[in-house]
Amino acid sequence: MSLIKAENLSAGYDSDTIIEGINFTVNEGDYLYIVGENGSGKTTLMKTILGLLPPLSGEIVFGDGLNSKEIGYLPQHTPVQKDFPASVWEIVLSGCQSRCGIRPFYNKKEKAIANENIRKMGMTDLKNRCYRELSGGQQQRVLLARALCATGKLILLDEPVAGLDPMVTLDMYRLISDLNKSGITVIMISHDVAAAAKYASHILHIGDMVFFGTNEEYRQSKIGKYFLMQGEMLGEISNDGKKEAK
Amino acid sequence: MDKLMMYFEYPFVRYALIVGVLISLCSSLLGVTLVLKRFSFIGDGLSHVAFGAIAIASVTGVSNEMIVVLPVTVISAVLLLNSSGKAKIRGDAAIAMISVGALAFGYLLMNVFSASSNLSGDVCTTLFGSTSILTLNPTDVWMCIVLSVIVIAIFIVFYNKIFAVTFDENFAKAVGTKSDLYNLMIAIIIAVIIVLAMNLVGSLLISALVIFPALSAMRLFKSFKSVTVFSAIFSVSCALVGMVVSILGGTPVGSTIVAVDVFAFAVCYLVGRITGRGN
Repeated sequence: MSLIKAENLSAGYDSDTIIEGINFTVNEGDYLYIVGENGSGKTTLMKTILGLLPPLSGEIVFGDGLNSKEIGYLPQHTPVQKDFPASVWEIVLSGCQSRCGIRPFYNKKEKAIANENIRKMGMTDLKNRCYRELSGGQQQRVLLARALCATGKLILLDEPVAGLDPMVTLDMYRLISDLNKSGITVIMISHDVAAAAKYASHILHIGDMVFFGTNEEYRQSKIGKYFLMQGEMLGEISNDGKKEAK
Repeated sequence: MDKLMMYFEYPFVRYALIVGVLISLCSSLLGVTLVLKRFSFIGDGLSHVAFGAIAIASVTGVSNEMIVVLPVTVISAVLLLNSSGKAKIRGDAAIAMISVGALAFGYLLMNVFSASSNLSGDVCTTLFGSTSILTLNPTDVWMCIVLSVIVIAIFIVFYNKIFAVTFDENFAKAVGTKSDLYNLMIAIIIAVIIVLAMNLVGSLLISALVIFPALSAMRLFKSFKSVTVFSAIFSVSCALVGMVVSILGGTPVGSTIVAVDVFAFAVCYLVGRITGRGN
């Protein structure tokens, strides 16, 4: 039984279908990249997986005792968070809110979970620091720790490296990769096709052309070759640009 | 000091102090959430709605204004806070629209139908807070106490949820927290606080009670809990100082409290700057 299975899924808002005919499965331990250009419907698909949007047609089936509330979600930053006075501890602990249910306060077990995830992310020293004073990479670690509090099985990351510099990006990718190796299933939304080819076990490409398969299959496919080559060319162009600038 | 002690002999002064402390405490609690959600002006908008409702109540001769004012304000608050996501007219524009609209209609009604001989006095009282804080009867005081206790209790019980929903609504929704419900709850509490606070500072100055404590605390503190606790202390102290000054100096209660708030905010800002805590 797979964790998530989408069959002939269409998603969008009311009468406005943004993506259709999506099929994919996520099994335990997978590292799925959902790639596609801006406007291809990545965010819509993600909201549908999270249960924030009902599917327009087709269905998403959760298996292995997973339900959509147990997905550890790492959203993109919102403007509100830029000047929000909150400590790392408060934010990570809020990841336990669904465990809490209608009980008003967090119990010892939930606090222990929060502590453990802060430690996992190497943030113990920064536990009482203010979120807005942290660097971009540190902020992402905090949000990742919070996502881990909500789940033991599956995390869904929405462009987690957006706005990070290359070194920190690499660091973040490694961290996520390590989490995946430790047994947590990862779904990552990204437009970085090259990173997808490097880290993913499976790739779902959405847009004008739709592809789902293993990383290997993607690299052999027409669409995969096309986008990977384009990425390389862009990389070369920007490298050339840097050389000339020097 | 003797003069102050003498004033405390009077029950109406004690009532005023009790009500003042409770209102300032309540209004500061949700200030942080409102400022962060970019709803600083909601206090202003809602209080103008309340002003309009008071006008309707006084024109139609309803004996207890609260019966009209509270529901109208609650409904407006729900509409304003809930519609912000999808409505065509968004957040600040909607607040501005409702705010000035209600103000204009309120004054119009009062002007055309007023039975009172001292119209400008009435209007001024409603806008800038009145001496009515000094003419409270025990029923008013009890009502204020009950509503305040409810507001404070709800805030404490739902503190963690309010934090979660304010900090990251998307995440909260994704893990199954009923954020719409909590937003609705926040809206209703705000409306109740606004109606309570109109007695103290009047409808033009209410925003001050909501935003100054939160902004001052955010200059100095870095966690949600410490900001909330400090803004509560800040708000209550400023209200007390303001009321005492106004009693001794014979100044208008509402504007004196707000003036103290502004002054204290300046102090917090400077301290934050000097110690480098507020970035």
